[in-house]
Amino acid sequence: MAEPRSDILQGTLDLMVLKTLENMGPLHGYGLAVRIEQLSENALKVNQGTIYLCLVRLVQKGWITATWGTSDNNRKAKFYALSKAGRKQLKAETENWERIAGVIGHVLRPLTGR
Amino acid sequence: MLTMLRALAARIRAVFRRDATDRDFSAELESHLTMLADDKMRGGMSAEQAQRHARLKVGGVTQLHEAHRDVRGLPLVETLLRDLRYAARTLRRDAALTTFAILIIGVGVGASATVFGVVNALWLRPLPFVNPARLVWVANGPSENLSRQAVQVGHVVDLREQSQSLADLAGFSPFYGAGDIRLTGTGEPERVTGVPVTQDFFPLLGIRPWLGRNFTAEECLWGAPRTAILSYGFWQRRLGARAELIGGVITLDGALTTVVGVLPPSFDFSGTFSPGRPADLFLPFPLSPENNRRGNTLALIGRLKPGIDLTTAAIETATTVDRFSGTAPEVEPGRRRNPFLPNLSPLQERISGRFHGALAVVAASVGFLMLLVCANISNLLLARASARHKELALRMALGAGRGRLVRQMLVESLALSCSGAALGLALAFGGTSLIAHFDGASIPLLQDVRVDGLVTLFIVSVTVLTGVGCGVLPALRAAGALPQDALKNASRGVTGGGGWLRRALVVSEIVLVCVLLTGAGLLTRSLIRVLDVDPGFTPENLISLRVDPSRQEHPTLETRNAYFDTVLQHVRSVPGVEAVGLTDALPLGDNFGWRGWTVSAKDRASTNPLVRMIDEHYFSAMRIAMKAGRGFTSDDHPSSERVVVINEALARALWPDEDSLGRILRASGRDYRVVGVVNDVRYFALERDTGQEMYMLLSQTGDYQTVDLVVRSAVPPARLIPGIRAALKRADPALPAVEFRTMEQLVDRSVLTRRLIVLLLAGFASFGLILAALGLYAVISYSVSQRTREIGVRMALGAAPRTMQGQILTQTMTLAAIGLAIGLPAAWIAAKAIQGLLFGVVSWDPVTFGGVAAVVAIVAGLAGYVPARRASRVDPVLALRSE
Repeated sequence: MAEPRSDILQGTLDLMVLKTLENMGPLHGYGLAVRIEQLSENALKVNQGTIYLCLVRLVQKGWITATWGTSDNNRKAKFYALSKAGRKQLKAETENWERIAGVIGHVLRPLTGR
Repeated sequence: MLTMLRALAARIRAVFRRDATDRDFSAELESHLTMLADDKMRGGMSAEQAQRHARLKVGGVTQLHEAHRDVRGLPLVETLLRDLRYAARTLRRDAALTTFAILIIGVGVGASATVFGVVNALWLRPLPFVNPARLVWVANGPSENLSRQAVQVGHVVDLREQSQSLADLAGFSPFYGAGDIRLTGTGEPERVTGVPVTQDFFPLLGIRPWLGRNFTAEECLWGAPRTAILSYGFWQRRLGARAELIGGVITLDGALTTVVGVLPPSFDFSGTFSPGRPADLFLPFPLSPENNRRGNTLALIGRLKPGIDLTTAAIETATTVDRFSGTAPEVEPGRRRNPFLPNLSPLQERISGRFHGALAVVAASVGFLMLLVCANISNLLLARASARHKELALRMALGAGRGRLVRQMLVESLALSCSGAALGLALAFGGTSLIAHFDGASIPLLQDVRVDGLVTLFIVSVTVLTGVGCGVLPALRAAGALPQDALKNASRGVTGGGGWLRRALVVSEIVLVCVLLTGAGLLTRSLIRVLDVDPGFTPENLISLRVDPSRQEHPTLETRNAYFDTVLQHVRSVPGVEAVGLTDALPLGDNFGWRGWTVSAKDRASTNPLVRMIDEHYFSAMRIAMKAGRGFTSDDHPSSERVVVINEALARALWPDEDSLGRILRASGRDYRVVGVVNDVRYFALERDTGQEMYMLLSQTGDYQTVDLVVRSAVPPARLIPGIRAALKRADPALPAVEFRTMEQLVDRSVLTRRLIVLLLAGFASFGLILAALGLYAVISYSVSQRTREIGVRMALGAAPRTMQGQILTQTMTLAAIGLAIGLPAAWIAAKAIQGLLFGVVSWDPVTFGGVAAVVAIVAGLAGYVPARRASRVDPVLALRSE
């Protein structure tokens, strides 16, 4: 059964996957999961399997592509890579995120100041 | 947007490539687990430990698979498909029940869609004219009879000029007869029917000629060269659909007539304005003084001006007519215009309004039938839901949600109703095309009955309603089932929780059947009463055919009389012929005497009897009984005293307390002596009084349009036809071949509509009765099978088989009695609603109600007898051991 998650969290995970793929190049699901755990400093305590629900959605949207390949340790694994459309989407999403973060920060500042 | 489409496409693909995608995902998860375990082992764990940790970290594989499918596919559609597959499997397992359900839904949907098709054509669909809601029928006075509603030309001209509320006014002359005109010159001579119309008739309706043009003003002048516009059907059938005919000539009644146009195929004058009477071509009707002198000649249609409503128009028209009527010039010296009492009604209402009552009855019955079908299916599904109690409980125990079960049951009943509707759609196509090609009924617009968008929408709604309606009770029952109860003990509970529900359904079926049976019974008895009516003549062994001479060849009264003498002489000499007579108005025929003359007598108020022109042998040929005096004889001729024979109604009206024989009455400026009184004859319909009538001699007046020959024979008349045909050919080689009609055919045709309604209702009622009987049988026999153990115990304790049998029968009859107790009063209310269609029976007719009660009781008895017998044969030992 799918864990009920809020849209924000889902969108955040999408963004993290896209950004990680941009930074690191093609990665398999396990690699992505480990990397994201490291980046988020274990803030995201989810089953690693959930990453695949995010991945299949991104593939269907055409933002990332998937191909079977071989890992560093010579294991068979499915590698995900950012597509052109995904790169564009990442750029748009990043800008959007920064704008929202700016606004939220602006709103929160006077409150914390008081 | 593009992204969404791409994602949707990917989702659909995923649904179809489910297995491959599942395998791929399995492999991916496997590789993930391996890599994770590798890392753990590198960190110092044992292989076993590492694998366990890896599984924990990744999460439940089954759940992930499930979630993966939901994310990548179309979860709603997939469940629906799964439900459908499951439903199909369940329905196949119960093949007999499924077939039965599909059949009765099919018949129900087919019947109701066909009836709806008729309602649609006659009631809902606007007339096929431009802006038909603005068209009004302008009648003269309150009469129902088309010919009595006609208006004199002078009034039409004045009203057209002065009306403030009608944008335009046009009309046709209804006094044309089927086959009035002789078409010669192209092939065999043929009688054709021409409708005289005013110049604006087609433009008013918004009908543009298919070919050629409308009449010009010059062509609509008195004495203008003859012109005609053809109907599409006639142009196709008789004139080979030749386009070059436009501007060419055809010969009508011996005169060359220019064809100026052909009407579009969609325009059906006959079906709309004069059902049962053909309309081959249209002739200009001049609004001239000559036609003004002919009296009331035009049936009028007007178009309301924008922004004017019917009430306003009616008041304004009445005022305007009142104003000009007072100052209107005399038609002829000493003769004023006929009265004109404008009576406006919507054209659609005028055309099909009088059928709305009968239609509502048929529609209501088919609605009841559909309810019966639903109750029956619901009952069957409930029975099956009880039988599937365990299965449903098991599914629930295994984690299926209540919502899921309800959905499953609804999908099943919807699948049933959809399959039934597919059959129903086919039946509706058949039914509507049967009705559209139904000939001879005097019902308008029938040819437009078809399965169109609205009928399809109707079928879809009925299907969904049926599916949900039938499924909702079983579904709720299924959802209400408690798994622990059902799994605990299947044989517990005497009749099962749904028992009362099913009994209520059966009672409601009996109520519906009561209403249907009563309606059918009352109308059948009415039909029998109508057929028992004495028409005033003897229709057996009597045939008729048109013989009127062409006015070109026989221009004077003398030559026409001579022509009739020759014809009569020849036909009388045919062996087997008993008597031969002539009339211009056959009872129950097409031209049933439209002329109402104003008749007066000394010291009496004037009255308006219908006038028939006959010869001296007509009464004896028709066997119309003389009540007093004598009929016409050969001593009455053009130069002797003018004489009339009147019917009893006219005699009563003019001389209520005195003898009418020998008295003088004045009609159309001439004096006539009453020499005889005859029996009233039903001219319009068997169930309708004709009213006052007056018979005049053809040879003395010469004022007739069409003449029919009636032949009385000693043997079945069909055998005489070749002989009569040959005799007519000898008498007049130019006489067009016409069809012979037996008077019995005319009588049959006059009751056709009534018979049709009776047939439909009787069919619905019988079908309903079968359904209710099956429903009752199903409930009783289910309750017997549920009580087998109890019955076994009782019998083991000494109850007699007869007692058990009696108990079951009592149970059945109680249900029937409750049904009757509600059903008969309901039927009585329904009967009052159809009072207008009844003839000769009262709405509380004891015979019908008694009959309905008896039929329901007998059928209920039969339905209960079989299970009761089974109950009496229960073997206590077997019944107790079977647990």
